[in-house]
Amino acid sequence: MARKVTARRIWVSTAAAWLFGFLIFLPILWMVLTSFKTELEAFSMPPKFLLFHWTTENYATVQERSDYVHHAVNSILIAGGSTLIAMIIAIPAAWSMAFAPTRRTKDVLLWMLSTKMMPSVGVLVPIYLIFRDFGLLDTRAGLVMILCLGNLPIVIWMLFTYFKEIPKDILEAARMDGATIGRELVYVLTPMAVPGLASTLLLNFILAWNEAFWTLNLSTLEAAPLTTFIASYSSPEGLFWAKLSAASTLAIAPIIILGWFTQRQLVRGLTFGAVK
Amino acid sequence: MATQQTQVLGRALLTPAVALLFIWMIVPLVMTIYFSTLRYSLLDSETWGFVGLENFRYFLTDPAFLTALRNTLVLVGSVLAITILLGTPLALLLDQQVIGRSIVRLMVIAPFFVMPTVSALVWKNLLMHPVSGLFAWVATLVGATPIDWFNDAPLLAVILIVAWQWLPFATLILLTALQSQDEEQKEAAEMDGASALSTFIYLTLPHLARPITVVILIETIFLLTVFAEIFVTTGGGPGLATTNIAFLIYSQALVQYDVGNASAGGLVAVVIANVVAFFLVRIVGRNLEA
Repeated sequence: MARKVTARRIWVSTAAAWLFGFLIFLPILWMVLTSFKTELEAFSMPPKFLLFHWTTENYATVQERSDYVHHAVNSILIAGGSTLIAMIIAIPAAWSMAFAPTRRTKDVLLWMLSTKMMPSVGVLVPIYLIFRDFGLLDTRAGLVMILCLGNLPIVIWMLFTYFKEIPKDILEAARMDGATIGRELVYVLTPMAVPGLASTLLLNFILAWNEAFWTLNLSTLEAAPLTTFIASYSSPEGLFWAKLSAASTLAIAPIIILGWFTQRQLVRGLTFGAVK
Repeated sequence: MATQQTQVLGRALLTPAVALLFIWMIVPLVMTIYFSTLRYSLLDSETWGFVGLENFRYFLTDPAFLTALRNTLVLVGSVLAITILLGTPLALLLDQQVIGRSIVRLMVIAPFFVMPTVSALVWKNLLMHPVSGLFAWVATLVGATPIDWFNDAPLLAVILIVAWQWLPFATLILLTALQSQDEEQKEAAEMDGASALSTFIYLTLPHLARPITVVILIETIFLLTVFAEIFVTTGGGPGLATTNIAFLIYSQALVQYDVGNASAGGLVAVVIANVVAFFLVRIVGRNLEA
């Protein structure tokens, strides 16, 4: 901060940063632009950058022909449901490990982390067979369950690192003043934990929204969230670039916006606090 | 410190999470191990029976396995190399004073939040299409012949897509680490007349060693099981050109319905991932002491 930086150096880094930023963002930008073209112009060579006939008809068609809303609702229910259930299970667990640690707490935490290291593909066969036998294939409940379990270790770790940062002195003071555990929870802990709870919730919603391995393998139509729905555009008869772009834009827009708010938590959450 | 009461309470609060994760870990794993010893095809229930380690022998000596293993290693290695070699300078750049930095940051991070099926299809159709893709247009602009990515360089195409998705992750973590670097140390080095390059080599790079290790380990764990990008772009082909271990197991399980063989493959994947996880858990565990 304190170092003097010449104006020239600022301009050079600004130009370079914008150039790289633009290049990295280009595929997304191009997709958004294509979503407003007609199918004919989406294919045209040379490509049209801004001077094309802007239209929103693709967005209407995506809904009419393939019921986009149905899949978006699935995405919201599956990502939201799995995140909420994971939070309900994780909050007490993280709370107890952060505030009433025992000698085994560290081992338990590392063991939980290690369950996340299990590659999904290693357990694809049994999960598929269990789902088939219990009639869970292509159901929202099944996907909620599987995504909840898959994300649970990350949820617990994120909450644990947040809870651990709440100063113990404040709790001790509250206890000295005769606060019961219930009052301590409501009046002291909760207000301090809310930011951590919110970012854990958001980040895990994002992870569940984008999860593709389980959704592709365990859902077809009825419970298919947006990840599976978009994949259906890969079949040759579904190759409509403008409509694919419109559907894709709708699928990623909310998550990119949420992602912007959670970038700091992303680093903490996905590195399990190993990078600060 | 903690009273007996809170300890009992703590154990009670921890139990549901531990129990669920234990079941989640152990039940599918035991089933996979069990299935891996069986001749078990979903198409042919007649020949069901115990075969010992036959599935492992079959899976490990299958030429498809060696191809898939090589593809997996090439994919993981290339994506790691690209994301770290590009992510480090990008993070250094974003650590400078840049006008409109938050907008640039948003643009750089955005790919991480694009769902894999979307990025795969957008790259395949809008960018890499040999006739109407953006890359083909750029190639003709500079007088080159457009590449038919998914026929001529399918694995490279998948690598580029996956690297684009993971570059933001590496950049963001390295940037976070850079921002915690000691400014005074850098200033002192500058005062002593150290060049930018030697400051980078002797101060910044050692500071980045640990975050780079963490990036490598975490990316490896995710990259070993890249699936959606292959599923929607190439379906593992042409031939086996883009089949990685994850896709091979998927196709044995849900395309050929060979449960026994796929389970053996699944265990091989678990073993490979655990080697990586071993090192990651150690690094994270060391951090837990602090």
